[in-house]
Amino acid sequence: MSDHRLDLSRPVSDEVRKTTCYMCACRCGIDVHLKDGKVRYIEGNRDHPVNKGVLCAKGSSGIMQHYAPARLDSPLLRTGPRGSGEFRKISWEEALRLATEWLGEVRDRDPKKLAFFTGRDQSQSLTSFWAQQFGTPNYAAHGGFCSVNMAAAGIMTIGGAFWEFGAPDWERTKLFVMFGVAEDHDSNPLKMGISKLKKRGARFVSVNPVRTGYSAVADNWIGVRPGTDGLLILALVHELLKARRIDIDYLVRYSNAPWLVIDAPETADHGLFARDAEGKPLVFETVTERVVPAGTKGARPSLSGRTTLSDGRAVAPSFQLLAEEYLDPRHAPEAVADRVGVDAATIRGLAEEIGRVAFDEAIEIEQPWTDVYGQRHQTFVGRPVSFHAMRGISAHSNGFQTARALHLLQVLIGAIDCPGGFRFEPPYPKPLHAHPRPHGKSEHFGSNQPLAGPHLGFPLGPEDLLVDAEGKPTRIDKAFSWEAPISAHGLMHMVIANAHAGDPYPIDVLFLYMANMAWNSSMNTAGVIRMLEDRDEATGEYRIPKIIYSDAYSSEMVAYADLVLPDTTYLERHDCISLLDRPISEPDSVNDAIRWPVVEPDRDVRAFQSVLIDLGARLRLPGFSDSRGQPLYADYADYIVRHERRPGIGPLAGFRGLGADRTGRGAANPDQLNRYIENGSFFSAHIPPEAQFFKHANAAYQDFAVRMGFFDQPQPVTFQLYSEELQKFRLSAQGLREPAAPEAYRERIVSAFSPLPSWYEPFEEAGVDKSAFPYHAITQRPMAMYHSWGSMNAWLRQIHTRNPLYVPGAICDAHGLKDGDWVWLTSHHGRIKVEIARSETVNRDTMWTWNAIGKRSGAWALDPASPEATRGFLMNHLIHELLPPKGDGMRWSNSDPITGQAAWYDLRVNIEKAEPDVASQPHFEPQKRGTREVADELRYGQEWSR
Amino acid sequence: MTSLPSQPTPKKLGLVIDLDVCVGCHACVVSCKEWNTGGYGAALSDQDPYGPDVSGTFLNRIHSFEVTPEGGEVVGEAGAARLIHFPKSCLHCEDAPCVTVCPTGASYKRTDDGIVLVDEDMCIGCGLCAWACPYGAREMDLAAGVMKKCTLCIDRIYNETIPEVDRVPSCVRTCPTNARHFGDLADPGSAVSIMVAERGGMDLMPEQGTKPVNKYLPPRPRKPLAAKAVPAAEDTRGATGFFAWVDDMLDRI
Repeated sequence: MSDHRLDLSRPVSDEVRKTTCYMCACRCGIDVHLKDGKVRYIEGNRDHPVNKGVLCAKGSSGIMQHYAPARLDSPLLRTGPRGSGEFRKISWEEALRLATEWLGEVRDRDPKKLAFFTGRDQSQSLTSFWAQQFGTPNYAAHGGFCSVNMAAAGIMTIGGAFWEFGAPDWERTKLFVMFGVAEDHDSNPLKMGISKLKKRGARFVSVNPVRTGYSAVADNWIGVRPGTDGLLILALVHELLKARRIDIDYLVRYSNAPWLVIDAPETADHGLFARDAEGKPLVFETVTERVVPAGTKGARPSLSGRTTLSDGRAVAPSFQLLAEEYLDPRHAPEAVADRVGVDAATIRGLAEEIGRVAFDEAIEIEQPWTDVYGQRHQTFVGRPVSFHAMRGISAHSNGFQTARALHLLQVLIGAIDCPGGFRFEPPYPKPLHAHPRPHGKSEHFGSNQPLAGPHLGFPLGPEDLLVDAEGKPTRIDKAFSWEAPISAHGLMHMVIANAHAGDPYPIDVLFLYMANMAWNSSMNTAGVIRMLEDRDEATGEYRIPKIIYSDAYSSEMVAYADLVLPDTTYLERHDCISLLDRPISEPDSVNDAIRWPVVEPDRDVRAFQSVLIDLGARLRLPGFSDSRGQPLYADYADYIVRHERRPGIGPLAGFRGLGADRTGRGAANPDQLNRYIENGSFFSAHIPPEAQFFKHANAAYQDFAVRMGFFDQPQPVTFQLYSEELQKFRLSAQGLREPAAPEAYRERIVSAFSPLPSWYEPFEEAGVDKSAFPYHAITQRPMAMYHSWGSMNAWLRQIHTRNPLYVPGAICDAHGLKDGDWVWLTSHHGRIKVEIARSETVNRDTMWTWNAIGKRSGAWALDPASPEATRGFLMNHLIHELLPPKGDGMRWSNSDPITGQAAWYDLRVNIEKAEPDVASQPHFEPQKRGTREVADELRYGQEWSR
Repeated sequence: MTSLPSQPTPKKLGLVIDLDVCVGCHACVVSCKEWNTGGYGAALSDQDPYGPDVSGTFLNRIHSFEVTPEGGEVVGEAGAARLIHFPKSCLHCEDAPCVTVCPTGASYKRTDDGIVLVDEDMCIGCGLCAWACPYGAREMDLAAGVMKKCTLCIDRIYNETIPEVDRVPSCVRTCPTNARHFGDLADPGSAVSIMVAERGGMDLMPEQGTKPVNKYLPPRPRKPLAAKAVPAAEDTRGATGFFAWVDDMLDRI
């Protein structure tokens, strides 16, 4: 039997090039093996701080992404009507000339008539800088329909949030609780972490209406009803307070629990913090029984009891209000169990387990350190309970307050940035006031001038809103207006609807990057398509006159563009994964990374970022061209190396200085990208051991952060359990504080902007007849496709070719449904006809499906008869961008009232059996499939076979 | 008919798959595909890759099952349905029916390490082996007309041109939850054998008598949360008592 020919030591490839994956937002290091100029194999980079060698299905399918026939291959100018997909190929020179002409005219005449929004991009520090130099107030990325609730609530409460801001201490945590769908961001580290903690015998609890993905391996699954996570969390808080399972020392030291809140109803100061002349918040000192500024050395602040200030105003520590609020029996497990859909014993069991692990299994690391008040500690004390959440709790209209509640819970047990808890990742934590205020008021922009400051940021009160004298929004998406005051990531999901309606004003040019707004990234997809196709009756012009779109693939959105700027694949481009943008640091290290062209494009395409820099120079934008109008940068690679945001601080932190020996701050190093490539395309700097925990109040960490250039002076964070910023909005809505909120917004602000985390019924649920729409319907992306549209990928599409509606057994039985039946699923807005599959791993009132598997016929270079286009479907058709009318004459956006986050998961539906069918409904006219030849068989790598 | 090795193989190379941590992410499925389409033997082809009847050759697939355990002790909470993600590839059986059924000698089990392979030069694509395999672990490549199966990445595990640490199957190297382990199951001291002993590693369908080398580790035992549900701090009498406790705690700091 030894005559079988085997070549066991064949070299894998001619060359390995290390770069960064872009199949999703995880940004793992990859080793790309090249053979005969083609990609032979992609594996995880073992040295990389994010993925440490592993790689998911998406990353491993990079070959099929890179060679997909859906790749665009040339700039395109629309020739047919919008949506038809009929284009003429044009040269880059013609494309850039046209874009410059369209954009230049807007910049000259009225820069706000450009709306520039980016989708799944990872270059927001460049795109935002470009938009600021252009001078339009209308810029944001896609966070408004993604997870801004999570980001904003985290930053406003603890100075950071999950994912890019921090991670559970996987090595030490003994209880990990994950809320909602969170398979998306940071997916490989999450998978690695869950496996690690399970091997150690730690408990993993999943709170999620659907038990798939990570929840499938959870020790305990709590199948909560969608939108009630906040109720559940506050019941946990109730139980922990009752059981005295809270860390008083931690609260006094790191939170605003002792800060005195003014009790002066019907005045402009009611509910604000009492402050001294310098604006420092005050506490009541128990030894001297005097009111002193917070942080006074040696002070022993009180957490309870009312007192009177010298000016006669009554005050009480915020903790007093907090405890009174959450000890109230309406937060008891029994009081909420029914609504949450989880029995009281389970809620109590979870609370008890959290308390037990946090306090009875506390851990200590022997490591002396000094806090920012100068006090020396011998150890780091850890409460080994950690949490994670992302879009699951975020994509509700009560998501902001729910995320705040989750951070409140973590602070109460002392589990933020301690051993075993949730740990910050640099450059976070960062206090709210260290973030910029939003810019976009009318005095911030004008003809041919840059915007006065960054577009996005955090208003500290109503005075920072981007509204005119009458309170009307100045931004096209109405971000930072009374409708969504703290919309820190903008409201991309409202741009097309608002521009179409001319409310607050029409625009001339819509410029989008990597955002499939004509399909799965919009609510009310059919309506949005109509808006993009709609013409002005008088002029015959499209209501949104010009659309420029850049993407690498022929997505549904491409067909709606007038001018298409084809992007490269991720293997053909330079990128930086920057600390100025969305960092990839780990709790113990500061990291950033690059992409570089490991293969050359074989088509007439250009990396979008280089195109944007070229456009910037052609438009003679400051920052992109010099005083003589000459381009400042050759391309994105040149920008990455030479651009400085502040002196010595550029997009990349590593290998700075002429000797490549400076980290964080240092002169631009012309050889920087080569040094990154030699290092595996990433850079990592370790945080000193004494600086690794309690970063929010750790003197060594704060010094490290200043040295690295995150801040120019220490920026410790005091956790804001009670939010004065939210209270300021409430006072405005009560008419007690200037600027007063317009009448129409008052009720909604008063009820949603509670300064302590709260729960209210999701708006759609509150607005519809619950008996007419008795069920919930939610979506998630499958792990093999998350953040990666994926259906143009021949390997990934075989894993998820269609998406049934998963319906709980009890609902199936009640409606006489079985596997493979067709149903009408109806919401207040529309109905879809789809195929079902019975499932028991789901909350009894909830049905769900995989999102964005359904494609429009002809898009993504798929055969129009493909299952994605026939049987696949979008839930988006049921979700309106506006809430049902309330009879108040307003149509409110279907978003969180605080941040404007799209409330995808608030959807309520009814289900009824339908006649069997062969295709889901609605069905749209096919788009033209593109010009590229599509193979009917793939034998990738056959030439290497032997 | 083809013979199996007359003696037990000195090594039994195989996989140990941990069902306690497999989340069904398909990383192993795709990594296997990308390695093997350019590796041993013919490419793993895909038919109608961008059309309605898309299908392709995969050497490793994940099947997902819903189960509702009856007890609360072993696999989950009583009455709560679970989703089991079950990766499946060739189990490199000791008594491999796919080998003995082969009319040409193309299907064989290696005498030294027990890996079951197909010599594609000898394979006539008759498909008997796929019929004989009770696990459905073999797939006929429609373009090449030869039978494809897991090779345990034989062109990786002995490959002296790659770093030693990488000489493991592609699925094992890539698995983000570390649910896949590779080693010699004939050696009781190997990490995989110890894992099987400690965790009660199981054969898939032992009643088939194939003596699979690959093993599956069952989910670890887990306890329901509700068992811990004792009412919290029953002696609390509202906020007054609570703040007295807070003051007491503050005094102790």
